[in-house]
Amino acid sequence: MFKKIILSITFSIGFMFACSEGDDLDNNQNESFDRGSLQTNLADNIIIPAYQDLSQQLGLLVSAKENFIANSNQENLEVLRNNFLESYMVWQSLEMFNIGKAEENFYHYQMNVYPTNIDEIQDNITTGNADLFNPNNNDAAGFPALDYMLYGIGDNDTEILDTYNNQDYGQNHKNYVSSLIDQMKSITEIVLNDWTTAYRDEFIASTENSASSAVNKFVNDFIYYFEKGLRANKIGIPAGNFSSSPLPHTVEGYYVRETSKDLTLEALNAFQNLFNGTHYITNDSGVGFTDYLNYLDRNDLVNLINNQLDEARAKISILDDNYFDQINNDNTKMTQAYDALQTVVVLIKVDMLQAFNISVDYVDADGD
Amino acid sequence: MAKNLNTYLNKTTDVSPLVIFRIGFGIMMCYGVIRFWLKGWIETIYIQPNFHFSYFGFEWVKPLGNFTYILFIICGLATIFIALGFKYRIAIITFFLSFTYIELMDKTIYLNHYYFISMMSFLMIFLPLNASFSLDSYLQKKSYNLVPNWTIDTIKIMLTIVYLYAGLAKINSDWLLKAMPLKIWLPSEYDLPFLGENLMQQNWFHYAMSWSGMFYDLLIPFLLFYKRTRIFAFILVVFFHVFTRVLFPIGMFPYVMIISTLIFFDSNFHKKIISILRITIHRLLKLKNEIVINEVYPLLNRKISLTIVFLFLSVQLLFPFRYLTYPGELFWTEEGYRFSWRVMLIEKMGYTNFKIVDAETNNYFYVDNQDFLTPLQEKQMSFQPDFILEYAHYLGDHYTKQGYKNIAVFAESYVALNGRLSQPFIDKSIDLYKEKESWKHKNWILPLNDEIKGL
Repeated sequence: MFKKIILSITFSIGFMFACSEGDDLDNNQNESFDRGSLQTNLADNIIIPAYQDLSQQLGLLVSAKENFIANSNQENLEVLRNNFLESYMVWQSLEMFNIGKAEENFYHYQMNVYPTNIDEIQDNITTGNADLFNPNNNDAAGFPALDYMLYGIGDNDTEILDTYNNQDYGQNHKNYVSSLIDQMKSITEIVLNDWTTAYRDEFIASTENSASSAVNKFVNDFIYYFEKGLRANKIGIPAGNFSSSPLPHTVEGYYVRETSKDLTLEALNAFQNLFNGTHYITNDSGVGFTDYLNYLDRNDLVNLINNQLDEARAKISILDDNYFDQINNDNTKMTQAYDALQTVVVLIKVDMLQAFNISVDYVDADGD
Repeated sequence: MAKNLNTYLNKTTDVSPLVIFRIGFGIMMCYGVIRFWLKGWIETIYIQPNFHFSYFGFEWVKPLGNFTYILFIICGLATIFIALGFKYRIAIITFFLSFTYIELMDKTIYLNHYYFISMMSFLMIFLPLNASFSLDSYLQKKSYNLVPNWTIDTIKIMLTIVYLYAGLAKINSDWLLKAMPLKIWLPSEYDLPFLGENLMQQNWFHYAMSWSGMFYDLLIPFLLFYKRTRIFAFILVVFFHVFTRVLFPIGMFPYVMIISTLIFFDSNFHKKIISILRITIHRLLKLKNEIVINEVYPLLNRKISLTIVFLFLSVQLLFPFRYLTYPGELFWTEEGYRFSWRVMLIEKMGYTNFKIVDAETNNYFYVDNQDFLTPLQEKQMSFQPDFILEYAHYLGDHYTKQGYKNIAVFAESYVALNGRLSQPFIDKSIDLYKEKESWKHKNWILPLNDEIKGL
């Protein structure tokens, strides 16, 4: 009997190691959902094309900036501003991809921390050699800083152009605009290059259900982005949902003013496209999280989430282009938009995550 | 009847199963403490958080800052003393107190198996686990071959309660008729070699696992009790626990249960292990044999011990049924859910936001939970009403201290249970800052829009 017991323990432990240490030899089965195809679609048709688009836009921004520095006139300022706005719109499609080199380099902190800190910007302009990669400069760099430099540095265009053409400090201002844009371009290249050379394959292969796998981190990240980057930063914080009174100066695109709504809508579209697997350039449909939910018999959730995203879009669409005015004139519309986004958060963070059975964050503890 | 009882209580049996149980328990616990430390959980669970969720009535039990490490050292040393059978009574009391204190520090990481260990170590205080093959008996040159039958049987009864109650809890419509939550959990094991992409995805397999899990829990104690089915039962035990270990992140629990169920085997099996150990130790240390007295271990305070053990087991039998005194769906309200061997039974996720309102001006703002809670705490808080209430009070106190006036705290909470669509969980018109924790039903929990039938 003693031997039998020992044998059964040995056998079972052997079985366990076989299970936990073995290699996955069996990935040709079609009965299961093919996560590889989901991640391939995300990488090849959504993420990388978006980065390439941004890289291209920032390339145009660099040349527009060169022209403006060479000749700081109204016409060149307009071109520069247009390129800035177009890049900012493209950015809305990739703030949610906080993975790989983007995560490693705190990419989105370098690109889009707002409200920007104008005191720090002024300091950097005066001293002239700020290290924009330094985390201390996150709130003096990226799109929000550029927003200030192109729209907020004077009360009107004449004042702004006068600043850049000033004999004493004009050059310093030009230098700062230049280094802001160069820095945005260079860090974007780092992230994009990593995707096209190494990270794509790693991302596609990392399909397992563990806290550190790419697919789980990606899902956690884009849910976090929706809750924080989209719901809270773009609408909730300015509308005063997290403070005792509204904070209209914290809107995205504060100095342009007329662009806040467009940026939010673009971000919302990008999120919905990601959810549905819609290709970035062609808008063709591909494998998305919707397909995974359908595979899990949760097409009810697919419809609910898409409907609620549409509902949120409707609530945002009726807002003023200029959130600053909207908040000061009729903030309830802002909080209604927030509530609509909040409902999406519940659906993706509770229902969708439960269906996927992915851990919420890197929670490391036993269960029972 | 009284006579029968007396005869039973006076019956004696070989001590070996208790010895092996003691050594196994000590070693497992020692490993458990070291594992917990090495994973850095003392730091992340007990030291880093600013705020800890307390058990009702145990609010005074708090982590001790860096002294928490000392507590773990004490607990760890006690496990070694237990395994060696050295100063056994003091060691097991120390272990019970330190381990239970650790568990009471923060209910965020409540686990049934931690509760099991607390309860088992309490029981072990009253059992003569050091009667033989222990440092105590070696040093006192007294070793006993026989112990009262009931000392071994109480451990078996405790294990029976754990399995049986876990099985009873599975008799409900979600588990048996919907295969929930296994229908959620198993498909997400797609990366399991060989089985992940096929078996784990099959509907019939989810049902098969649900039903066999229930039958396993209900029947295994009885299959272990009867000699003819014992070996088969133990193979099932090992297989089942190893399988759940592969599937779920349940830490030490499977091993603890496998080692514990060895107690069901008769003394010959345990004697063999002891003789192997004895020979090895004697060869290594060149020790003389202990003096063996062929008589029954004389229990100190036998009456008191018996009374306590009897009361303890009665409470264990009754306490899990306290949920019957609460209205509403148990899985939803979780009133009377803990300490009842409801192991891996439900899949629940929540999202709970808090609104801090100035009751006079009606000005309000929302709280970012990440400012106060760790991800693990936030996860657990989001779907458990007692957590939500305690946290609401913490927030109320925090903002009062910051100088806010007329504070009222409201929760907007959504919870999804076993794959149902999320629905509102807490009445958002109730100022939680005015509600008090108690054993009473929390009438601000909104009812589940569905019915789960069963025990």
